[in-house]
Amino acid sequence: MSSFNANTVLIVAAVLFVLGLIGVLTRKNIIFMLISVEVMLNAAGLAFVAAGSKWQQPDGQVMFLFILAMAAAEVSVALALVLQIYHQHKTMDVEDLKELRD
Amino acid sequence: MLAYIPALPFLSFLVLSLAGRRLNKNTIAWMGAGSICAAAVITIILGIQFLHAPPVAGVYQQLLWQWFSTSNLSVSFSLRIDALSLVFIFIITFVGAIIHIYSTAFMRQDLDYARFFACMNLFVCAMLLLVMADNLVLLYLGWEGVGLCSYLLIGFWYQVPANSNAANKAFIVTRIGDTAMLIGLFLLFKELGTLDIAAILQQAPHHFAGGVSNITLIVLLLLAGGMGKSAQLPLQTWLPDAMAGPSPVSALIHAATMVTAGVYLIARMHVLFQLSPFAMSVTAVIGALTLLIAGCSAMVQTDIKRILAYSTISQIGYMFLALGVGAWSAAIFHFFTHAFFKALLFLAAGVVIEALHHEHSIFRMGGLKNKMPVVFYTFLAGAAALAALPLISAGFYSKDQILWYAWSATNSNPLLWTMALAGAFITALYSTRLILVVFWGDMKTPVNEYPTKAITVPLITLAVLSVTAGFIEWPHNLVHLTLFSDLIQKVLPAVVLKESLPAEAVFQLIAVAVTLLGVYTGYVLYYHNPAIIEQWKRSAGIMAIRNFLFRGWGFDQLYDAVLVKPFLFITRINKMDVFDRLYNGIAQVSLIFNRLLSGSQNGSLRWYIVGVLIGILFIITLQLIV
Repeated sequence: MSSFNANTVLIVAAVLFVLGLIGVLTRKNIIFMLISVEVMLNAAGLAFVAAGSKWQQPDGQVMFLFILAMAAAEVSVALALVLQIYHQHKTMDVEDLKELRD
Repeated sequence: MLAYIPALPFLSFLVLSLAGRRLNKNTIAWMGAGSICAAAVITIILGIQFLHAPPVAGVYQQLLWQWFSTSNLSVSFSLRIDALSLVFIFIITFVGAIIHIYSTAFMRQDLDYARFFACMNLFVCAMLLLVMADNLVLLYLGWEGVGLCSYLLIGFWYQVPANSNAANKAFIVTRIGDTAMLIGLFLLFKELGTLDIAAILQQAPHHFAGGVSNITLIVLLLLAGGMGKSAQLPLQTWLPDAMAGPSPVSALIHAATMVTAGVYLIARMHVLFQLSPFAMSVTAVIGALTLLIAGCSAMVQTDIKRILAYSTISQIGYMFLALGVGAWSAAIFHFFTHAFFKALLFLAAGVVIEALHHEHSIFRMGGLKNKMPVVFYTFLAGAAALAALPLISAGFYSKDQILWYAWSATNSNPLLWTMALAGAFITALYSTRLILVVFWGDMKTPVNEYPTKAITVPLITLAVLSVTAGFIEWPHNLVHLTLFSDLIQKVLPAVVLKESLPAEAVFQLIAVAVTLLGVYTGYVLYYHNPAIIEQWKRSAGIMAIRNFLFRGWGFDQLYDAVLVKPFLFITRINKMDVFDRLYNGIAQVSLIFNRLLSGSQNGSLRWYIVGVLIGILFIITLQLIV
């Protein structure tokens, strides 16, 4: 536990975050956008854990638990909404849901 | 008491304009004509009181209310009657009452009966305000009011486009004069600091004594206003076309009252005019030129009302000539007699037109002498007064006075007298022509309607006045009776005569001879030997002159070429309206921006996420820099 470089883990977390971000921006299917958001959340959790490890305190891992719980709740709500979208518009393509415009 | 004179017609106007449609024709007639008759009765009572027990300083005054009051200018709504305005008020209400009684029968078949009387009453109220005004602002209110009512009444039968065009023309041409007069009022206020008439007349001699140059400009601008309203050169083109209105309108507005507003203005502001001899000469020259030009045009017209319109322009030219040479009371006396006989001629012409089923051309009339005797004799009285037949017509006394003063006043010129004399010849000629062609000869159009009592009684009244009204003022060498000028000279100065003058009788005889020569020429040309006219019709040169005179010396065509066509040209090249496009351009630019910005609201979720991302990056960059 001593000779590990927190910076490296942070960089990994950053890369993971950016990959998740790219996924959100480039994917058209709502389910894939949600999966990418999950990836971003996990990246944030990894950053927290790395920071907690650096300062030798358990707060980072506690925060990760919070994030996990929040992600679960958010996914359940999001999937309910996705089901509703599919029932009404018969599509999973987010580009087809463009009615809120000028 | 003074306030009732304009207030009664105004009340009648309010009632008739607001509730006129719901009243029946008898009520409208009683109200419309009755208000003017009541005003006439009050005027007569006031006049008798004025003559028997003249008030202090010869003036009745009544302050009604304060109109507005700023730091420099305080204008009150106050009425003032002196001898000059008393004469005008008497004519306006008395001749106005007669014309209103005539119109109750004349306009009876019209659907817009109430509107007619509403406009006529408003006109009488405005004209009364004009002559009773204490200050120039109230006078200008009346001035504009009569212009408005003239527009409304000329275009009374507005469904016919030619009538509303004539109304527009009248309003626009008089507007030019009105604007000039307004500028004159501004300059006058700048010079004297007050617009109260009595104060102006008192202060003007001291203020302008040192040859201050502005006075000529001010007076010429006021004269321009008078020229517009009184249809003198060069603003005379509207009056012949104004005959599109009903005959009572022509009688009241365009013969007796509104067109004499210019005469009133000049007479009222006589102190200012006397301070500028140049402007007086301009007035006299314009009067003389107008009377000749209009007289020549009247000689060849075929529409009976146009003949009378040009004749009105010509007679007002006589009044302007008299004002210009300083014969103030002669001008007012001519106004007095002219109101009677010209109103009579217009009313009688209206009867003739109606009787022959709207026939306006005199060459399709004829032979009415025996069929309509009342109309014939009254028309004869009016035409005799117009031609100024010696001693038996009122017109003789006033015109003779003007001719004499045109020669003998210090400000006059023998040329002016010659022009006035030529005008007298022409007037006698066309009056005779009018009578002979309309009433003698073969009947070309049969008579359809005969006039009722409500029409003939006013005609007879005016005819009696046309004969007798002159008897109150005789020439000095015949009878020493000068009631009228005694009254007017309480307000206006007496005429200043030249030093050594030949006998007045010589000039009177010349004038009488010229008048009778005119009558004789008319008799020869139109009754005795019509072949002369037929011979003239075959000569191309004479017909060219005749057409030139017929078109009113081409003034309409001149104004059309010089003013109307360039204006239309400019509006045509500005059809896309450059100035409007500038403002539209501003709106277009903002619309473009709107379209650009609203493109960012396209409802795409990923687009919004990118927006959030860019914002976050922006803030992080700022944090890292700062």
